[in-house]
Amino acid sequence: MAKRIDVNGLNAYYGGHKAIEDITLHVEPRSVTAFIGPSGCGKSTFLRTLNRMHEVTPGGRVEGEVLLDNENLYGPGVDPVQVRRTVGMVFQRPNPFPTMSIYDNVLAGVRLNGIRYSRSQLDDLVEKNLRGANLWKEVKDRLHKPGAGLSGGQQQRLCLARATAVEPDVLLMDEPCSALDPISTLAIEDLIDQMKSRYTIVIVTHNMQQAARVSERTAFFNLAGVGQPGRLIEVDATDKIFSNPSEKATEDYISGRFG
Amino acid sequence: MSDTDRTRNEPGPERRGGPPRPPEVAPENGGVAQEHDRAAHELAAVAPMVSGQSVPVHPETARPAEVPSETRVEEHQERVIITPPVRPPTMGLRRPRLPRWTPLGLAVGSLAFAVAVGLVAGLDSRVQWGLIAALVFVAANFALTAAVEGRRQAVDKLALSLIWTSFLVAVLPLASLVWETVARGIPTVSWDFLTHSMNGVLSWQQGGGIYHALLATLQQVALASLIAIPIGLLTAVYLVEYGRGSLARAITFFVDVMTGIPSIVAGLFVLTLWIMALDFGYSGFAGALALSILMMPIVVRATEEMLKLVPNELREAALALGVPKWRVILKVVLPTAIGGITTGVMLAIARIAGETAPILLLVFGSNLINANPFEGPQSSLPLFVYEQWGYGTEEAYDRAWAAALVLIVLIMILNLVARGVARWKAPKTGR
Repeated sequence: MAKRIDVNGLNAYYGGHKAIEDITLHVEPRSVTAFIGPSGCGKSTFLRTLNRMHEVTPGGRVEGEVLLDNENLYGPGVDPVQVRRTVGMVFQRPNPFPTMSIYDNVLAGVRLNGIRYSRSQLDDLVEKNLRGANLWKEVKDRLHKPGAGLSGGQQQRLCLARATAVEPDVLLMDEPCSALDPISTLAIEDLIDQMKSRYTIVIVTHNMQQAARVSERTAFFNLAGVGQPGRLIEVDATDKIFSNPSEKATEDYISGRFG
Repeated sequence: MSDTDRTRNEPGPERRGGPPRPPEVAPENGGVAQEHDRAAHELAAVAPMVSGQSVPVHPETARPAEVPSETRVEEHQERVIITPPVRPPTMGLRRPRLPRWTPLGLAVGSLAFAVAVGLVAGLDSRVQWGLIAALVFVAANFALTAAVEGRRQAVDKLALSLIWTSFLVAVLPLASLVWETVARGIPTVSWDFLTHSMNGVLSWQQGGGIYHALLATLQQVALASLIAIPIGLLTAVYLVEYGRGSLARAITFFVDVMTGIPSIVAGLFVLTLWIMALDFGYSGFAGALALSILMMPIVVRATEEMLKLVPNELREAALALGVPKWRVILKVVLPTAIGGITTGVMLAIARIAGETAPILLLVFGSNLINANPFEGPQSSLPLFVYEQWGYGTEEAYDRAWAAALVLIVLIMILNLVARGVARWKAPKTGR
């Protein structure tokens, strides 16, 4: 069940420092949206406000609203834990749990949430999600070996399987390929392409070719100067951003005349 | 993948990730090329030797084939920029070296010198002989190496000698202590010694045993651990996972202060509070209370450091799966750190198992078996050693050494168990 995201007038702070300012953005269900922009412009911060991970950072706080199918994530009485179950996240560096086997890593979200399943249900869940992450063939003979023993690309796909196993509606990816080689990157990008029929996907990337390859819409973030908060400069169809952006800053950035 | 094709037509991505530079570089260097020509000619003979390979000619850079010499000059012109300066032929790679037996020879020589000095000057202490030998060795080694091999090697040798000296200074007392304890303790340790108390045994008599002290030590340490480990663990979890602001700072400060409390002060505190103010009698439990005060800060510190080592990414990964924070701590953070935590806790236990002062004040000491730590005086292994030593008879000395040996072995067993647990529980990385 992919959901629609509407962000209205969002500000995010780290303590007294305003990291992003006045962001308004709409993400369609079952689509891939890419965030591009220079380092430190608030892409990741903004991504983390979408599943309330921003407030995990000490001093992190948010103003404005994020509507998930018209329900405000920051509304009164909203449980951040429930939000994170609905909006999954994959991080920049692969981070499987070192104490757990591959099998347990996939089930981490399910198990740690205390949901009881029968043995065969769990087996099915593991197989389904590992297949979904294109990892099943590589690990089916060593499901009970530690997840930390896999290669970086495999670990990242394991993390993807772990994120999808709790059946989120939205999947956020924070530079999921920046630590991976081109072949693993291709595998992840293919996965994104397959998964967009089931999830709403938002991906932060520094690689503009990647943004062009995987996304339907692209949002460009920038910051006005050192110490200034990051802003959303432009969001449009990916074709348009890369061929005929309406803002000069976007054109400068994608053509490499910037920073 | 039609997006890709479209982007390829864009000026931006192509510029950034497009084909390499040669076509751009050539015209830029055009003006400078003339100046470089002479240098290039001079180095033209050297460059192939240095690079050891011919440079492939880019079709863009290459001029038409009728002027081959010029083409080569241009290739070398690129080489000129890249090639590092040629090493002057005078300096070789080998330096003069002392023969390998030099340190051994020097050691023997300086020992002989020290013995000679000691005999001549009539120095009685063998420690002084050893110090003289060590000093002479270090100085001679440094001077000789500096003269033959050069300054850097000499400093290297000096540092090496100092490290070995420090190692010996640290290890010799330890080895001597272990040797002494084992050598003096072993003859007295027997099954009877471990299973009998001192009931009715007089100080000048042989026999008797440490059963009462061993039992009491185990009980007191267990009780102290039961109090201190949960409090210490929870405090550390609070400090690392939840603690913000002034409360956390205050707790950290007081934990630091507690680390510095002398054990006798902890004993006095429990004595005034538990025995004098609240009017409970002497008991193993009173001793355990004092021990737990000593143990708590060590557990907190060790656990805190271990929890801080758990990468934040793991916490975030678990939180992002929609796992509540308490479960993240219980199922991800603590298991990841369990190896280090176990080691820290075991070190704390080893530390308190050898405490004498609070036991002396609070447990009172006894020659009888008292299996109830909550009532009546007990003994304990360190206290037993202290008492026996105080009797001053040969038989009592033997018992003291034997009890010390048992205490060391007990702590060693605890440590080995802890290491086993730590290894068993540690995050696995095997393939």
